[in-house]
Amino acid sequence: MKKIKLSNASALFEKIAETRNLYVPTKCEHSVEFKKFGEGELTYDYVNSGRSVKDFYFPQSENIVDFKVDGKNIEILPSVEEDLDEKYVVFGVRACDAASTKILDRVFLTDPVDSFYKTRRENGIIVSLACTRPAETCFCTAFGIDPTEPDADACAWISGDYLYIECNSDKANELCAAIDSVCEDADASELTETKNNTKKILDKLPLADLPLDKISDKELKELFYSDKWLHMSEACLGCGTCTYVCPTCQCYDIREFDTGHGVKRFRCWDSCMYSDFTKMAHGNPRLTQTERFRQRFMHKLVYYPNNNEGIFGCVGCGRCVASCPVSKNIAGVIRELAKGGKAE
Amino acid sequence: MQEIISVMKEKAAKLLAEGQVRCVLGWKRGEFFYESTPAVFESAEELEELVYDDFCGPNLAKYLIRECAKEGKILVFAKPCDTYSINALIREHRVDREKLYVVGVECAGNLDVNKIRAKGLTGLVGFEDNGDTVTVKTLYGDETFEKGELLLERCLCCKGKEHKIADETIVLNEENTKTVGADRFSEVARLEEMTADERFEYWREQLSRCIRCNACRNVCPACSCIKCVFDNDDSGIASKANTDTFEENMFHIIRAFHVTGRCTDCGECSRVCPQNIPLQLLNRKFIKDYNELYGEYVSGEDSESKPPLLTFTQEDAEPSIVKERGNC
Amino acid sequence: MQVNEKNFQPKIVAFCCNWCSYAGADLAGTGRLNYPANVKVIRVPCSCRVNPMFILRAFQKGADGVIIAGCHPGDCHYSTGNYYARRRMTLLFSMLDYLGIERERTRVEWISAAEGAKFAATMNEFVAQITELGENKRLEDLRCKK
Repeated sequence: MKKIKLSNASALFEKIAETRNLYVPTKCEHSVEFKKFGEGELTYDYVNSGRSVKDFYFPQSENIVDFKVDGKNIEILPSVEEDLDEKYVVFGVRACDAASTKILDRVFLTDPVDSFYKTRRENGIIVSLACTRPAETCFCTAFGIDPTEPDADACAWISGDYLYIECNSDKANELCAAIDSVCEDADASELTETKNNTKKILDKLPLADLPLDKISDKELKELFYSDKWLHMSEACLGCGTCTYVCPTCQCYDIREFDTGHGVKRFRCWDSCMYSDFTKMAHGNPRLTQTERFRQRFMHKLVYYPNNNEGIFGCVGCGRCVASCPVSKNIAGVIRELAKGGKAE
Repeated sequence: MQEIISVMKEKAAKLLAEGQVRCVLGWKRGEFFYESTPAVFESAEELEELVYDDFCGPNLAKYLIRECAKEGKILVFAKPCDTYSINALIREHRVDREKLYVVGVECAGNLDVNKIRAKGLTGLVGFEDNGDTVTVKTLYGDETFEKGELLLERCLCCKGKEHKIADETIVLNEENTKTVGADRFSEVARLEEMTADERFEYWREQLSRCIRCNACRNVCPACSCIKCVFDNDDSGIASKANTDTFEENMFHIIRAFHVTGRCTDCGECSRVCPQNIPLQLLNRKFIKDYNELYGEYVSGEDSESKPPLLTFTQEDAEPSIVKERGNC
Repeated sequence: MQVNEKNFQPKIVAFCCNWCSYAGADLAGTGRLNYPANVKVIRVPCSCRVNPMFILRAFQKGADGVIIAGCHPGDCHYSTGNYYARRRMTLLFSMLDYLGIERERTRVEWISAAEGAKFAATMNEFVAQITELGENKRLEDLRCKK
């Protein structure tokens, strides 16, 4: 483990930025977002970035291929985004977002491998930053994530006047030279007090006690046919806010745009809340908002764990909790479902 | 606030029991003190969960469209500004006046949790209303604010405390009915004073944040199309994501234009935007324009009058006025 | 070919009402009056058929200027269509201006079936104005550029 005075941290960032594009938490008008180092005011004062880290390897939309139409000839042209080969480092990713990458990896990196995702994932080094001031909307601990010991390529902590950093993966070794050149040696024990202070807060978080075990115990069909969905979904507006701010939502659509002289095929995020989600020739398999609402939570809490050794498809980052227009969120759904109810 | 809730519950339970209404549309608490979810109550037991306080911002009018499609009468609790939206929906025959039982409730302004967060507070766990000030309790200590600092954008420009449609009203505290009433067009006027380049830069920056979650559209009581043109694959403009900056321009211009004259400036669009885009500034520009060009019109003040785009006079200004009057 | 100031040829879309302005364009043609070939005329039943979306879509697909031409107020084939169009376009143009888009790019003209000369003159003037203004950069869709 190494450390550097916070006041001098920019020396470290400058060193890292020499070899790769470095993205750091940057103060924006209404939120903190990852922006290129030097293009705005760096800040450590944030619960979480407004947009999740998935933007880096699963952007909201990306080109796949172009078709050029000339008379009766159609030419197929590769059309990848310019930033696909960008080598980058993201600094300041919270433990929940760091854990979300593992969830997405299971989807995109298992056969058939998504080459776009794979390229971007391999090109990036994620440096996480331990939390010290969790919000009331945080519930990562419910999923066994420890925000004081984030799991990523490299981890950073802030304690007192120092920024501590430690490399965990082979990928992050590339950063070691930069880190070694400006940082001094440190010992993990120096962080104990800060971590303990954070843990005391974690125990008090109102959502920390979500009864997830009760969900795991239940049968898929019992939950699917629960009579609670109708009531739980009645306020849902069917907007895509929760899915678009979510670091683990991974559904996408492939669409085409007619440019007048060809076709651009791109993929973009999709939301199970939308009326045209998974629309097929016969129409939409989920006709009502209740079914769409159920899909989102069943996916995160039941289908995904069933296919992935019991790992939930949610990391408790709290973004959806904070941004739902009608305050309907996964925390409430977990509590309701855990109470049980009769199957219809 | 406890007092008004019990009056509301009593009223609703009575009408439910008498069979005068099939259901009650109100709010219930979410996980936190600031979360109010619109809810349909169908029995006295369910009504136990009804809440009404400083955080009941969500406008319930839009849910009336769905509930009105069912049998029976609906009791809806409405803040003064919500009644404008209800009137607008009646005007457009999206809800049936005969099926509504509107109970106007007093409102002292709603608070915006995002404004609390913008003060740098996190770990919000409790709240105390001390009249003109409020104390927010957090995991990291308590802090007290003037209520005015935390009001929702729409409450800063309150339309007044009169219910424009109501079968009865519950106003226990006349004191509570004072208005704030700032000029809602001041920000629009500020933008108009800018040069075209500055305005372009401003809107580019604001609109580029849009993630096309459609929350603004889905929450909007005026956006009541059964199938939106932006959801229609055959329209050629359905786009789930902004793959080009043009698209967010188009989406927001068309959406604002479509609700012109019908929008009651209820401010739900900007309240729900997860990216904090000041969408009310688009709607207010249209309102300011038609007020200046075609005379004052307040959408939702009544349920009969024609919105400015559905009528005309022979003497209307020519479109070239946009060029002639200089800045905006 | 790279577009530069010298060889810039604007694309203009003209939405013309079937009863007046389209006939006006016809008259300009039969009267052998010149107007630039940059103007692509789209015939619409009435000026009030022009949905704001049409105008934005024209800009998206590469138009540098859009003009809506209809019957003179009071002369609408459907009595009142152009009165509604007048209000809509005024508000839309004002909104485009508010978003910082050049106000010269959009225009409404009333041109009757007898005004072939006015049609030609209006188009000449509009094309000259847009040529001077240059390419539409603020309301374009980059994907539509070759």
